[in-house]
Amino acid sequence: MFEDLRELYQEVIFDHNRNPRNFHVMENADRQVDGFNPLCGDKLTLFLKLDGDIITDASFQGNGCAISTASVSLMTDIIKGKTQAQAEELFTVFHEMTTGKEEHINLEAVGKLAVLAGVREFPARVKCATLAWHTLDAALKNQQQAVSTE
Amino acid sequence: MTYPIEQIRADFPILNEKIRNKPLVYLDNAASCQKPQAVIDSMVKLYSHDYANVHRGVHTLSVRSTDQMESARHKIKTFINAASDKEIIFVRGATEAVNLIAQTYGRANIHAGDEIIITAMEHHSNIVPWQMLCEQTGAILKVAPMNLAGELLMDEFEQLLSTKTKFVAVVHTSNALGTLNPVEKIIKLPHAKNIPVMLDGAQAIPHTAVDVQKLDCDFYVFSGHKLYGPSGVGVLYGKQALLEAMPPYQGGGDMIRTVSFEKSTYAGLPYKFEAGTPAIAEIIGLGAAVDYLNTIGMQAIADHEASLLAYATQQAQQIDGLKIIGEAKEKGAILSFTLGRIHPHDIGTMLDSLGIAIRAGHHCAMPVMEFYQVPATARASFAMYNTKAEIDVLISGIQNLIEMFG
Repeated sequence: MFEDLRELYQEVIFDHNRNPRNFHVMENADRQVDGFNPLCGDKLTLFLKLDGDIITDASFQGNGCAISTASVSLMTDIIKGKTQAQAEELFTVFHEMTTGKEEHINLEAVGKLAVLAGVREFPARVKCATLAWHTLDAALKNQQQAVSTE
Repeated sequence: MTYPIEQIRADFPILNEKIRNKPLVYLDNAASCQKPQAVIDSMVKLYSHDYANVHRGVHTLSVRSTDQMESARHKIKTFINAASDKEIIFVRGATEAVNLIAQTYGRANIHAGDEIIITAMEHHSNIVPWQMLCEQTGAILKVAPMNLAGELLMDEFEQLLSTKTKFVAVVHTSNALGTLNPVEKIIKLPHAKNIPVMLDGAQAIPHTAVDVQKLDCDFYVFSGHKLYGPSGVGVLYGKQALLEAMPPYQGGGDMIRTVSFEKSTYAGLPYKFEAGTPAIAEIIGLGAAVDYLNTIGMQAIADHEASLLAYATQQAQQIDGLKIIGEAKEKGAILSFTLGRIHPHDIGTMLDSLGIAIRAGHHCAMPVMEFYQVPATARASFAMYNTKAEIDVLISGIQNLIEMFG
């Protein structure tokens, strides 16, 4: 019945939505930033633990759609162990993939995040996928104020 | 007489659209209604044969445009049974009308320590303009609470009314919940204390007959695009004596009598509040929408929509895990709901792939979402052209998406 949506709602997305990874409050986090999409009301709080330049741990709390929940769940997994510069680079590649700026999907660069490539066909949903990453960007730049997609 | 649903559907060309190769099922009417051919034709005819600026030229086209625009004003005056055409002010929409009242009536009459009463179910457009006025004047905004069904608590509303109360602004039908407020009573209570009352009718007027003299409200505001008319035009109704006493909103052309660099004098009603070239074609299109609605009859439309809502509610209640948000006894044709952990945005995208348009989000009523402790709801809202068969498509879509989500 939902043939058109298989690209967007892949099984991995449902899995992360049902069982989000790293879904908890982090005590003694080095960075904590709120992300908010005022258009839809999606809210998340991102926590990071840093060791020098390395992101040693990441977790989140919040409430959002399957796309935004899966995106932040995947992101918190994939950035662990990465340097801040590597995480920023991943954000750039992810952004290009989800907005369709870069047609070719560099599987090597995005890895598991490729399951979110389907949002490029759904302009109304791109912000659901990128909210987590905008919040990460603010956290890495150590901005204290909440992030808004608008 | 049976309701002419086939004829009505044929009058709305967009209903023939295919969305993702499926017939369109348009259930986002509380956000905006679709337009009958008569409205589209009226604007095409104007631009093709009769268009020029209004109230200015002596030439033929200016006279034609002016006549058609003023005729639209008169149609709207009759539609809501205002006492005079002078009481019909054209604005951009309900939002601008509320801002106009707050910044003219409000700035002139509401001062530090005075209180303005709204309700817990208001749209942002009937919250923020009053907050801005409170910031400017030092007045205080009071919010009358509602119960879990989404009904205004009348006793608490009454208790809020005091000698400090200088204005009451209440939604006629809530866009997020569907609640149809007991407006006669809501108007009578403040009037007993000489407090003026504004009704936000944006969500009510497309679905129910409105008689502003019978209601005795001081102001009534609505948007054209929700009344099957064009976007970019709305109406502020106000009692003539109040409008006369209010200072102008914006300055410019059309709203003046004389201008010199020392002092300008203002035009009479309704032009005092209509600075600049108005939305001429949109106003004329709104007049055509009112003509069209009159051929069907607002009571017939209200009855049709009531049967749609009853059917949709009964069907929705059969779905496991579906929770209806807003269960007032008196409701407009709005079905707001949540599906447990399936987020409304996912519901919206999934239904869209089946050709079904609903709204997902906070419906510009964040305090209402806060009250129900949900980030958002999905909302199906019905109009004169919807059918029970379309509700069946919606219900089957919801059942299937629940299955897909697993």
